[in-house]
Amino acid sequence: MSQQDNVRVVRDERTREDTPQKPEVELPSLGFTGTLRFMWTQLTSMRTALMLLLILAVAAVPGSLFPQRPAGPEIVQDYLEQNPVLGEWLDRFQMFDVYSSVWFSAIYLLLFVSLIGCVFPRAVKHAKALRSAPPRTPRRLSRLPEYGTVKLEPAGPSPAAAVDQAATYLRKRGYRVEVREEPDGGASVGAERGYVREIGNIVFHLSLIGVLAFMAVGSLLSYSGQKILVEGEGFANTLVAYDSFTPGSAFSEDRLVPFSMSLKSFDAVFDRESQTHYGQPLDFTAVMEVQDGTDGEPQEQVLKVNHPLDIHNTRVYLVGNGYAPEITVRDGNGDVAYQGPVVAQVQDQVYTSLLVIKAPDAQPEQLGFVGFFLPTAYTGEDGVAVSIDPDLYKPELNLNSYYGDLGLDEGVPQNVYVLDTDDLTELNSRSVDAGGITLTPGESYDLPEGKGSISFDGVKRYVGLDIHHDPGKWGVGFFAVLALVALIVSLFVRRRRAWVRGTTGPDGSTMVEYGLLARGEDFGLREENLALRRQFERMWPVVAPEDPQNRPE
Amino acid sequence: MQPINLQLASYSDLFMLIAALVYAAAFILFALDMANSSKTIRALEAELAADTALEPQAQLVGAGAGTTSHGPGPVVDTAGAGSGPELVDEDMDYLGTTRRPVANVAVALMVIGVALHAFAVIARGLAAHRVPWGNMYEFCTTGALLVAAVYLLFLIRKDIRFLGTFVAGLVVIMMCAATIGFPTPLAHLQPALQSPWIVIHVSIAVLASALFTLTFSMSVLQLLQHRREARIRTGGPARPAFLRLVPSALSLENWSYRINAVGFVMWTFTLIAGAIWAEQAWGRYWGWDTKEVWTFVIWVIYAGYLHARATRGWTGERAAWLSIIGFAALVFNFTIVNTYFPGLHSYAGIPE
Ligand code: HEM
Repeated sequence: MSQQDNVRVVRDERTREDTPQKPEVELPSLGFTGTLRFMWTQLTSMRTALMLLLILAVAAVPGSLFPQRPAGPEIVQDYLEQNPVLGEWLDRFQMFDVYSSVWFSAIYLLLFVSLIGCVFPRAVKHAKALRSAPPRTPRRLSRLPEYGTVKLEPAGPSPAAAVDQAATYLRKRGYRVEVREEPDGGASVGAERGYVREIGNIVFHLSLIGVLAFMAVGSLLSYSGQKILVEGEGFANTLVAYDSFTPGSAFSEDRLVPFSMSLKSFDAVFDRESQTHYGQPLDFTAVMEVQDGTDGEPQEQVLKVNHPLDIHNTRVYLVGNGYAPEITVRDGNGDVAYQGPVVAQVQDQVYTSLLVIKAPDAQPEQLGFVGFFLPTAYTGEDGVAVSIDPDLYKPELNLNSYYGDLGLDEGVPQNVYVLDTDDLTELNSRSVDAGGITLTPGESYDLPEGKGSISFDGVKRYVGLDIHHDPGKWGVGFFAVLALVALIVSLFVRRRRAWVRGTTGPDGSTMVEYGLLARGEDFGLREENLALRRQFERMWPVVAPEDPQNRPE
Repeated sequence: MQPINLQLASYSDLFMLIAALVYAAAFILFALDMANSSKTIRALEAELAADTALEPQAQLVGAGAGTTSHGPGPVVDTAGAGSGPELVDEDMDYLGTTRRPVANVAVALMVIGVALHAFAVIARGLAAHRVPWGNMYEFCTTGALLVAAVYLLFLIRKDIRFLGTFVAGLVVIMMCAATIGFPTPLAHLQPALQSPWIVIHVSIAVLASALFTLTFSMSVLQLLQHRREARIRTGGPARPAFLRLVPSALSLENWSYRINAVGFVMWTFTLIAGAIWAEQAWGRYWGWDTKEVWTFVIWVIYAGYLHARATRGWTGERAAWLSIIGFAALVFNFTIVNTYFPGLHSYAGIPE
């Protein structure tokens, strides 16, 4: 038998065990329960599991090709507007919600049903194997993939004693052993080790179910939200305080841990040494004042990227930052129509920031402004100002202004970062005589036609915070780590059987033969053979191997 | 933050280039060795014939015992090739005194290349006071170093010179991709990457990728060898000749399985560590970000590969294809996803 055949044999044995016995029956004669049973065996077969895995891999891909709603609904909206026809079809097939889509869920649920159907019978079977003795010694050990014999000197132990000693040694090597009398007067030991390999396999697969289950728990009980805080502003953990909020399906407001926090200061450090990476961010530090509960002692805490705050398992993350120019808008009557910092959206590496100001209280006309805040402004030859550095070296505001009905009175919710100018009349812009508004801190500008004025009072910084609570993550983490450990056990523990038989040879001396069989992938069987042999030679007076021609085959 | 040591950084760049050239030379020599395989084969056959005449039980002496049996007796052509004795060991052990001077020089060049390369990578890390895997250039150069180093480590115990052309070729490609495709001057890490997890998560990911690169080469050879064996069985020509220096398809499959199993464990670790890092950085451990999607896809493909090995009808060629597809996904994840797909993981660091 060639070595390659050996490997085939070993693998075939394993495959036979792992593949549930498929009844080779014709479909029509099955009847209803028969058909169900047939479908069940199909579903829980190894081939189906493999197919489902491969399908799952393919099914996950579209989620990386198309924008996904959970990650950014506005990007999906843009996509739909730009590709109305294709987009609609993609949407119909849930291509923008791949990971919660019917088809994706169907695939992984089927996979997990298959997994349960596959693993439970295996677990039951293994539980039995754990309680039963190692298998009987096959009659022809020489047919096993690894095999050897030793002949002992007449002074050596009797067959039964030799087998006992071999059993002791095998037990020391981690085998479970059982010594049996042989019908022809000798004795043999059956031994098996590596039961934990199968346990590893089962635990691994069950852990995957654990991961999924706790992900489901998370999606029920978790919540997450966003909040932008300008220096000096505070936040209390209540629903109304969030800018946006995504609750889990079983969320209720009383699940919000009571705490409050405020941004005391924010500091950004940019690279000033590197020629090539000049201006690249190096460090963001937010100093927060956190109050636990409603009457706790306020405490100063440092919040950094990768270092969230943790308040009773509600975690606060620093995910963004930018500038909030402080603005005062006065209306045509000279009254203050808006005053305060305006959060400007960062557009690029040099913090060119988009700014929208709405003053619906302005009289007689409502006022709106849109434009850019530039932390370090530089005006090129074409007269267009751009930002050339993220730091506040030469802050400047460049705005257009509008008057008219801002559309806020109808009660339709609006995006605060977008000014719909369709129904407004332009007051200032590069395309009208009055030109655009350019302001540096401390400056004011009077709007044309006596519509009011705007002043740029100063610049504050703001931070974008994500606030997350997910009680399911501990379970997910536990089962993920358990899966990893079980995987290692299942892949690298070797499960093998060994048999040693002692007989009395024709010349009255003791003959010991032994054989080894791997269950599952086992590449170390050869070494095990040699190890056994070395031990036998150490334990017993072994007759030196004679002329190889005489060796028993 | 300590300033960057520009002097050391420029040495690093220089050594990176020299290492790439040395690898290229090794690649050429490995390829020459492959092209010249008929000569090597003839030499080996002669040697083997002499050996067998002198010492008919060479195999058994090697096993250290007269009466253990382990499949085949003395070296015979188990693939049924009918084209003379096997010239390589199925366990990829070194056989006797095989002289393959060209391949040996190539191996020596690989060693030199790795030494220079290791200096370059370490110098880059030291110059910036951080781990040298913070952008695409660094992932690529560190990855290439690990591929070459893992290959040399295997070479100590196993005769896998037959993989040399592939490994040296892939390493040269990675070095070119890094220096031409993503040249990035040395800089500090941006805040998002300043975490101990970059050390753990990325290093294991790169190591796993190095292992998958090796098994990819072995799976390609396995497919070629498989076709050749099939041709021989039907009495066809035993071409290409260099495959006689390559172990049988089955042996390649077994070995790539073993390495893939280790790679898969590391990839599982990468996935979990990545999720933990994501939880610390963004507040959710899994969000189907493009990079996460592809890490998952790769994981599932290799899980499929492990299953295939236990599924009747899926061992052999199909398993090899899965291993190749897994590697293709890995390369895609690294190149296309990093550069063209928007996502939270946009740390490619390629200057605009
Ligand atoms: C979520 C889907 C699944 C994943 C990610 C997965 C993953 C794995 C991995 C990584 C292994 C190799 C490690 C080990 O031996 O424990 C494995 C082995 C195995 N899996 Fe799965 N599995 C999945 C579902 C299934 C299903 C549905 C079945 C049953 C039909 C199944 C049956 C098996 C069997 C029998 C083995 C042992 C193969 C061997 O002996 O080499 N698995 N699985």
